[in-house]
Amino acid sequence: MLKTRQDLQELRRACQEAFAAQERRILVCTGTGCASSGSLDIYDRLVELMKEKGIACSVELSKDPHGDEIRATKGGCPGFCEFGPLVRIEPQGWLYTKVKLSDCEEIIDETIVNGNPIQRLAYQRDGKIYVEKSAIPFYQKQRRLVLEHCGEIDSDSIEEYLGVGGYSALEKALFDMQPADIVKEIMDSNLRGRGGGGFSAGTKWSQVARQQATPKYIVCNGDEGDPGAFMDRSVMEDDPHRMLEGMIIAGIACGANDGYIYVRAEYPMAVKKLRRAIEQAEALGLLGDDILGSGFSFHMHINRGAGAFVCGEGSALTASIEGKRGMPRVKPPRTVEHGLFDKPTVLNNVETFANVSSIILNGADWYKGIGPEKSPGTKAFALTGNVVNTGLIEVPMGTTLREVIFDIGGGIRGGKKFKAVQIGGPSGGCLTEEHLDLPLDFDSLKKVGAIIGSGGLVVMDEDTCMVEVARFFMHFTQNESCGKCVPCREGTKRMLEILERIVNGEGREGDIELLEELADTITNTALCGLGKTAAGPVVSTLKYFRDEYEAHIFEKRCPAGACQRLKTYVIDPDKCMGCSKCARNCPVEAISGKLKSPFSIDVDKCIRCGVCVQNCAFGAVKEA
Amino acid sequence: MNVKEMYRRIDGYLDTYGREEKSLITVLQAIQEEYSYLPKEIFPYLAKEMNLHEAQIYGVATFYENFSLEAKGKYVIKVCDGTACHVRKSAPILERLRNELGLSASKITTDDLMFTVQTVACLGACGLAPAMTVNNKVYASMTPEKAMDLLKQLREEA
Ligand SMILES: Cc1cc2nc3c(=O)[nH]c(=O)nc-3n(C[C@H](O)[C@H](O)[C@H](O)COP(=O)(O)O)c2cc1C
Ligand code: FES
Repeated sequence: MLKTRQDLQELRRACQEAFAAQERRILVCTGTGCASSGSLDIYDRLVELMKEKGIACSVELSKDPHGDEIRATKGGCPGFCEFGPLVRIEPQGWLYTKVKLSDCEEIIDETIVNGNPIQRLAYQRDGKIYVEKSAIPFYQKQRRLVLEHCGEIDSDSIEEYLGVGGYSALEKALFDMQPADIVKEIMDSNLRGRGGGGFSAGTKWSQVARQQATPKYIVCNGDEGDPGAFMDRSVMEDDPHRMLEGMIIAGIACGANDGYIYVRAEYPMAVKKLRRAIEQAEALGLLGDDILGSGFSFHMHINRGAGAFVCGEGSALTASIEGKRGMPRVKPPRTVEHGLFDKPTVLNNVETFANVSSIILNGADWYKGIGPEKSPGTKAFALTGNVVNTGLIEVPMGTTLREVIFDIGGGIRGGKKFKAVQIGGPSGGCLTEEHLDLPLDFDSLKKVGAIIGSGGLVVMDEDTCMVEVARFFMHFTQNESCGKCVPCREGTKRMLEILERIVNGEGREGDIELLEELADTITNTALCGLGKTAAGPVVSTLKYFRDEYEAHIFEKRCPAGACQRLKTYVIDPDKCMGCSKCARNCPVEAISGKLKSPFSIDVDKCIRCGVCVQNCAFGAVKEA
Repeated sequence: MNVKEMYRRIDGYLDTYGREEKSLITVLQAIQEEYSYLPKEIFPYLAKEMNLHEAQIYGVATFYENFSLEAKGKYVIKVCDGTACHVRKSAPILERLRNELGLSASKITTDDLMFTVQTVACLGACGLAPAMTVNNKVYASMTPEKAMDLLKQLREEA
C-alpha cells in the first residue's frame, strides 16, 4: 500500500527500470479479434516453446530483471484487426501478421534465437514487404495518444502501467495543482467530449465544480452504443488505468468522491478488466480513502448495461444506474446540476477521460498544438465495412477522410469503387466522394450537416444500396426507441414501414415526400437525442442518393443490385444441365422444364428468395 | 425448479449488492446469469425483499433487451447485426441459422431447449465482420457455411 507521494514515485521508478531492462519482448495481441482467431493458443505455444528450448522468459514484469530475458506479453489490440493474429517482436519493432500455431516454432528459432525477421509473416502490400510495424502504411498517418498503450502493455498489470509512467498525472493533480488549476487546464486545452456531442469538457467540469450541492459524482459513459464502433472498448480493455486516472482527476477537480462506470452489456471482458484494474488501484492505495496521504478520497463503482441503446444518453444512463428503466427525461435541469441521484454530475465519455492524463502532464498548449485549435487532439475511429484494412485507428483531428480511407484503410476491398462512408452511426449520416477531402473535426463536419459521432466509420462500396442502409439504421433506431415520446415512438415506426416497402419494391409515389415530412417532425419534436437524430441517415441518403430512392419506387429497380426483392433471376440455357434441382427446391413452383433440357423461371410467380441460386451446382441461375 | 433454493440464492445476491432500488438491475443480472432467464417466481419475492412494486420490477425487466422471461437454449447464438457486420452480409448467416433450426424473429429457442438464435447490435469485433457469438465466445469472419459447420460441431458436442 502506497502511503505517500514518494512511495508512488519509488514504485514507479522500479517499474520503469524493469520495463527498460527487459527490452526483448514478444507481444501477442489478445484483443477480441485476434483472440477469436486463436491468439491465446499462440501465446501459450510461444511460452511453452521457449521453456522447452531453455530460453529465459518471463510472463510478467519481473522484479529483478536480467537483460537477456524475453518477456512474453498478452498485449491489447494494436488495431490492425484485419491481419490478426498479430505477434510483435521488440525491440526491433517487427510485426508478424496472420500468425498460425504452426508458425510459432519458426518464430522462436529464427527470430528469437537467430535474430532474423521472417519475411513471409510480414505485412505485404503492392508487392512490398513491411517487416517493421512503424513502416506499414496503416500506421504511418496515425498518431496514437489515447490508444498509445493499446498493444504495448499488459492491461492486467498495474506495474506495467506504472512502468510507462502511469499515474504521474494523478500525482501532479493531487500535489502540484489546485482543483481550479485542473479545471482551467482542461478548459484551456479545448478538449471536447468524444461521445458524440463535442461539448467542452472544461466547461462541464467548471459547472459541476461550482455547484454547492453534495455529494457530486463522476460518471463515465462506456455504453458505446453505436453499432460498428469499438474504440471505447479498446480503451477499457487495453488501458483501463488510463481511464480510471482521468476519472479520479475529474473527481479532484470537481470535488467528487465517487465514480461510476457504465459499461455496455456486450463487453463482459471490459468489465472484467476494469474490475481487476480497480482492485489493483485500491490495493496500492491509488483509489480509496486518503489517496497517498493527500486527504482526497475516491471510490469507483461499475454498472453493467442490460442492452438498451438509449442508455447512452445522459439522463437515461443515470436512471439506469439508479436501477430504473433507462428513459431520458426533459432537460433542463441539466446533468451538471441534477444528474445521478439528482446530484451534480460530470458525465463524460471513455475517450474523453482517457485524454485527461496527457493534458495534465503536458499542458493545454501542447494539446492545442495537435489538430485544429478549436477541435484539438486526436480521435479514435473504428474503421470498418468494405475497406481493405479494417481496424482501430487514431488520427489527429483534421485528418481528411481520403487519408483515413485510402492511405490508412488501403482503399476499397476487392477493387470496388468507393460509394459512401457512414459516420456517427444511427444518429449520423453518410458522406460521399465529394467530401473525401473534408477534414475530420467537429466544426468542419457540422458545416456539411454531419457529425463525428462516437467514431464509427463504416465504408461502403458500389454494391451497397443506400436505401437499404437507411432502412437498416431506421430499423435499429425504431427498435431502440424507448417509447416515452410520441414523435420518436410512432414516427420511427412509420418511417421504417415506408422504407421497408420501398426496398421491397412496393414504394409509392409520394413516399419520399412523406419521409421528408416525418423526418422534419421527429427531428424537431422528439424528446431526446435518439429521436432528434433518428432521421439523420434517411435525410443524408436522400440528399446524396435521391436517384436510388426514385429507381426503387418508380422503376422497381435497385441500382446497386442489392435488394433481394428487386432482383430477377434467369437461367442461363447454355449452362443449365436440366437436372431439375432448382425446380424441386423452388418454394412457389415458379421453375419448370423438361429433364435434361434447360429450365426456365416464371418471373410472375418468382418471389426472389434466391434458393435456386444456392442450389444450382452448375452456376446456371443468375441474378439480373 | 426448486423455488426455495432459488430464494436462498436471491437472498445471497441481495446481501451482496444491497436491497436498495439502485441494486435492482445488478440483482436481476445475477439471477439471469444463474438461470439464463428470469423465472416468474422472482417478481413477487424481489418486490417484497426490495420494497418495490412488482410492476416496477417487471417494467425494468422488460425494458432492457438482455433480460429474458423465457428459458434459453443450452447454446445461445448471437449473430451480430451491427452496421459493420450488416454491410459485410451478416443477414444471410442469420437466415441460414434460423432456417436450419426452424426458428424466426419471434420464436428464438428450439423446443428441445438446445439452441437460441438472437441478433445483437455490435459485439465490438467489427474489424472482423461478420461476427457472432456462441455462449459469449466470439467467432469472427463468418459465412453461412461456416455457421453450419459450427452448428454441426455443437450438435456433436451436445
Ligand atoms: C441515444 C443516445 C445515445 C448515446 N450513446 C452514447 C454512447 O454510447 N457513448 C457516449 O459516450 N455517449 C453517448 N451519447 C452522448 C451522451 O448523451 C453524452 O453526451 C456523452 O456521454 C457526454 O460525454 P462527452 O461530453 O465526453 O462526449 C448518446 C446520446 C444519445 C442521445
Ligand atoms: S458491427 Fe458486428 S461486431 Fe461490430
